Amino acid sequence: MQGRIVKVSGPLIVAEGMKDSKIYDVVRVSESKLIGEIIELRGDMASIQVYEETAGIGTGDAVYATGQPLSVELGPGIIENIFDGIQRPLTKIRELVGDRIERGTEVTNLDHEKVWQFETVAKDGDRVNAGDIIATVQETEAVEHRIMIPPTIEFEEGGILTWVKTGSAKIVDTIAKIKTDSGKELEVQMLQRWPVRIGRPFASKMPPREPLITGQRSIDTFFPIVKGGTSAVPGPFGSGKTVVQHQLAKWADADIIIYVGCGERGNEMTDVLMEFPELVDPKTGYALMKRTVLIANTSDMPVAAREASIYTGITIGEYFRDMGYKVAIMSDSTSRWAEALREMSGRLEEMPGEEGYPAYLGSRISAFYERAGYVRTLGKDDRFGSITAVGAVSPPGGDLSEPVTQGTLRIVKVFWSLSSALAYKRHFPAIDWLKSYSLYADSIKDWYTDNVSTEWTEHKTEAMGLLQDEASLQEIVQLVGMDALSDKDKLKMLAAQSVREDYLHQDAFNEFDSYASLEKQNMMMTVILDFYHAAQQALADGMEYDDIESLDVREMIARFRYTPTDELKSQYEAIKKAIDDQCQAGGR
Amino acid sequence: MLKEYRTIKEVVGPLMLVEGVEGVKYDELVEIQQPGARMKHGKVLTINEDKAVVQLFEGSQGLQIANASAKFLGKSLDLAVSEDMLGRVFNGLGTPIDGGPEIIPDKRVDINGVAINPAARDYPSEFIQTGVSAIDGLNTLVRGQKLPIFSASGLPHAELAAQIARQAKVLKSEDKFAVVFAAIGITFEEANFFTESFKSTGAIDRTVMFMNLANDPAVERIATPRMALTAAEYLAYEKDMQVLVIMTDLTNYAEALREVSAARKEVPGRRGYPGYLYTDLATIYERAGRIKGRKGSVTQIPILTMPEEDKTHPVPDLTGYITEGQIILDTELNRRGVMPPINVLPSLSRLKDKGIGRDKTREDHADVLNQLFAAYARGKDARELAVILGDAALSKTDKIFAAFAERFENEYVGQGFETDRTVMETLELGWTLLKTLPRTELKRIRQAYLDKYWPIEE
Repeated sequence: MQGRIVKVSGPLIVAEGMKDSKIYDVVRVSESKLIGEIIELRGDMASIQVYEETAGIGTGDAVYATGQPLSVELGPGIIENIFDGIQRPLTKIRELVGDRIERGTEVTNLDHEKVWQFETVAKDGDRVNAGDIIATVQETEAVEHRIMIPPTIEFEEGGILTWVKTGSAKIVDTIAKIKTDSGKELEVQMLQRWPVRIGRPFASKMPPREPLITGQRSIDTFFPIVKGGTSAVPGPFGSGKTVVQHQLAKWADADIIIYVGCGERGNEMTDVLMEFPELVDPKTGYALMKRTVLIANTSDMPVAAREASIYTGITIGEYFRDMGYKVAIMSDSTSRWAEALREMSGRLEEMPGEEGYPAYLGSRISAFYERAGYVRTLGKDDRFGSITAVGAVSPPGGDLSEPVTQGTLRIVKVFWSLSSALAYKRHFPAIDWLKSYSLYADSIKDWYTDNVSTEWTEHKTEAMGLLQDEASLQEIVQLVGMDALSDKDKLKMLAAQSVREDYLHQDAFNEFDSYASLEKQNMMMTVILDFYHAAQQALADGMEYDDIESLDVREMIARFRYTPTDELKSQYEAIKKAIDDQCQAGGR
Repeated sequence: MLKEYRTIKEVVGPLMLVEGVEGVKYDELVEIQQPGARMKHGKVLTINEDKAVVQLFEGSQGLQIANASAKFLGKSLDLAVSEDMLGRVFNGLGTPIDGGPEIIPDKRVDINGVAINPAARDYPSEFIQTGVSAIDGLNTLVRGQKLPIFSASGLPHAELAAQIARQAKVLKSEDKFAVVFAAIGITFEEANFFTESFKSTGAIDRTVMFMNLANDPAVERIATPRMALTAAEYLAYEKDMQVLVIMTDLTNYAEALREVSAARKEVPGRRGYPGYLYTDLATIYERAGRIKGRKGSVTQIPILTMPEEDKTHPVPDLTGYITEGQIILDTELNRRGVMPPINVLPSLSRLKDKGIGRDKTREDHADVLNQLFAAYARGKDARELAVILGDAALSKTDKIFAAFAERFENEYVGQGFETDRTVMETLELGWTLLKTLPRTELKRIRQAYLDKYWPIEE
C-alpha cells in the first residue's frame, strides 16, 4: 500500500491514503526509504514521525506502509555493539557510508551473515513451550546467550521439538522445528523480533530482594538500589550526572549493562566505546565491554529516533532478563527524551500541559520505569531475571519542580539528588546526603547483615546522624563562629567532616578509589567511627581537642581509600592499632 | 527546470507564504527576486499541500508581494569553501565583504552539516595550551572540545577570547592552526576589536571571519554559525588543520531563533524560546570534535552573555547541558580587577581528565588541580565567614586558607590579558601557592607526588 505526502514540518509529515495502516506502524518515506512511524490517524490521513533528517522531502512523495510496528532484532550479536535509537548498527553504518550518518542506509539491525556456534540444551522429541531455553551461544567471553523459544510463537499447549541444524548457524537460519499439539508446524530461528513499545511477557513479577552493588560508597551505603529497582539522578549541568551513570555502568554487579545515550554528547559515547574495552570487570575478569550494549542517539541526530531510543534499550534489556540475567539500563538523559516528546507534540498541535510538555508525559514516564522489575521468567526451569533502570534527569536551571523531574520522582524508589554546591567544591559524586533517599534501604537491611557485617546498619545510621548534626551545627558556626562550640560538638564536626571527605567523596579517576567493594566500604566506615569513639573517650579522659585534631592517624584514615586492594587488610589493622595507640596515649 | 512562482501571498516578519507550489521540498533554498531590489534568500520551513512557508534570511524591507517572485532551487543553503578563505572576511551569509575577489570554490557544502556517527568520533585527549592558568591548570581545554565562555554585560569576554586565539598552541606537535571567527549580532566595535587583535599579531592570515553585526538582519544570524562551522569542518577534515572556532554571541542567535518561532506561532517553551532550542543548539555545538583517521579537529569556544548573570536562563542552561564544560566570568572578580575574571569554582572542563597527566602535561597535574579547587573553596568559605564574624572567629588553619584564596585569585587567576604562561609555569605556580598551606592538609595529592614536589626538607 502506498500513501502520498501532503505536509512536511521538520520531523513530522502528514500523508493521505493511509486508511489501512495501524497506529505505530512503521512506514518508509519517499524514494530514500526513510524510516518513520505512524503516531496519529485521522480518516485516511496519517501523521508520521520520521526517524531521519527530512530535508529534501516534499509533498507528493510516496509513503510505503510495512504493516509492522517498530521492532528490534534480538539474537546473538547484540553485546559489544553500538546502535542508534532504532537499533541500526553504527559501526556497520560507518563501514558502509563513512564518518557521517547518511540517510536511508539499508542495513539489517543484527548481522544476518555471521555464523554462530551453538550448543543444544533441549533434545529431539523434548516438549517445549514459550520461554524455554533450547540452545546456548557463547556470544562474548562474559555472556552466554541463551536461545529461547520466542513468546511470539503462541501455542499455549506446547509442542515437540526437532532439531534441523546443530553446531553452527546464522541467526536467520531455521535451527529447529516444533510440532504443536494441534498439529501446526513452527520454525525456530535464533533471531526474534519484538515491538519496542510493548513489554515482553514474563510469568510473574515479585518484589526485589537483593541490592545492586555499585562500588560507589555513597550509593551502596546510604542510598542503595536493588536488582529490579528504579532510580533517578537529577542534577543541573556540571553536577556529574554522566560520571555517576558511567560509574554505575562500569562497576554495577549486573550481568548485562545497557547504556542509552539519549540526546546527549557524542563524545560521551566515544568515551564509553574507548574506555570500556580497556577496563576489567571485577566480577568476571573480562573487559567491561564484553557485557555492554550501547544505544547512541546523540543530540545532533534526528529527534524522533531519540524518542524511540529508550524503548529500544529497555526491550533489549527485557530480552536478556528473560534469559535469567540481571540487567541494568542507564538512560542519559530522560529529559532529552521528554523534550523529543514535546517537540513532536508541538508539531502535532496538541494542547500543551505544563511547560509545553504533552499532558501524557507523566504516564509515558511511569510506563517506561514500570518495565523494570524483578521477575520469574517464562520457561520451565524457574529462572529469575531483573531489570534495574537508572535515569538521569536534566532539569532546566536545576529546578526540581519541573514536570520531567516530578513525573520521575513519583514513580522511582531511589533519588540521588546531585548538588551543584558540592560539585563546585569538587566533592564527587555530588550526591546530596541530606536530600537523597532510597526506599529500598529497609527491605535489604537483612541482606547486608547476612552478607557484609552485622554492624552495617548501625554504622550507617550513626554516620548519617553525624551528617545531619553537622548541618545544624554548621548553622551555629555560620552565626557565631567555631569557638562557640563545645569540644564535644567540635569533635562531632570533625567526625562528620571525615565521613564527607574520606568516605563519601570518591575519586572516579583514581584506580584504587574508583570502585570500593562492600568489604572495603565496611572497613573504611569502621575506622572512621572507631576513631570518633576513641577520640570521644580521649576527650573525656582529658585530651585537648586541638591535639586530637592534629593526630597523625587522621591522615592515615584519609588516605585509606587509595590503598591497593591486596594491602587493605594489613592497612586496616595498622590504622586500628594507630587509633588505639594515639588516642590512649593522649588520653592518659 | 526550476519554476518561478509569482504567488507570494503573505510576508509577516521573517516568514513568507507562497501558494500554488508544486514539488517543493522541505529545507529547500529559495531565491526571492524583485525588479530593482537586491536578491533575497530563504528556506522552506513547512509545506502543506501546495502552500510553502519560507523563512527569509534577510530583512523583508522593500519586498512587494505583487512584484516579487520566488524560485525554489532544489538544494539547501550551501557555502563555497576553499583554502583561500583564510585571511578573508565574509558577511553572515558567506559573501565576501572585504573588497577582495569572490572565492573560487573547491566545492560547495550544505551548511547544515550531517551528524557525525558516534562510532566514528575520536575522543578529544590532546592538550591545548592557552597560556591562561585558570584554563590550562584547572579547566583544561583539549582539541575537539566545545568549551563556552559564560559572560555577562560589562565583562571582558572579548579580551579573553582574543587572548586564547592568540596564544593557543598544541604541545609536541607541528600541526597547522587556524581560527574561524563568527560574529553573531555583536556591535561594530566589538567585531573591530577582534579584527584589530588578529591583525596586530599576524593571526589574521590564518583566520576566516564571518560578520553579522547588530544592525544586520536578525534572521541571517540563524545561518551565520553554520557558515562558520562549515568552513571550519572543511579546513579541519579536508585540509588537516587544527581549527579553533570562536562564536560570539550565541544569546543573539537564540533570540533570532525565538523571533522565527514566534512568527510561526509555535507553542513556546521557557521564556518564549522554542521547545526545540536544545536540539537546535546541539546541531551547532556537536559539530566540534575529532574524527578517527583524520588529522584535523574542530574546537569551539562559543561566547554567550547570561542575562543578569543568571546561569539558569535557557540559553546558558541548555548550552551547559550540551557543551563539555564552561568558563564562567564573574562581575565581582572583575570589579576587584582580577583579569581575566574567571570564577574557577563553577567553571568546568569535562574533558580535562583525558588531556592532562603524564605524557600530556605532567603526572601531578590532576592532583594539583583537585587540591587547588578544594583549598580555594575552603579559603573562600573562610573568607566569607570572616566578613560576617571578623578575622578573630577563624581558626588558625582557616586563616591560612583565607590568605591562600586571596593569593590564588590575584596571582594564579589574575595574570592579565598579556601574560602567556606555559603549563609548567602554571603547575609550578600552583605548587608555590599550595606550599603556603600546612602539608598535612594536602589530602588530595598522592603521597608520592607530595614527596617529589614538596620534599620534607623544605
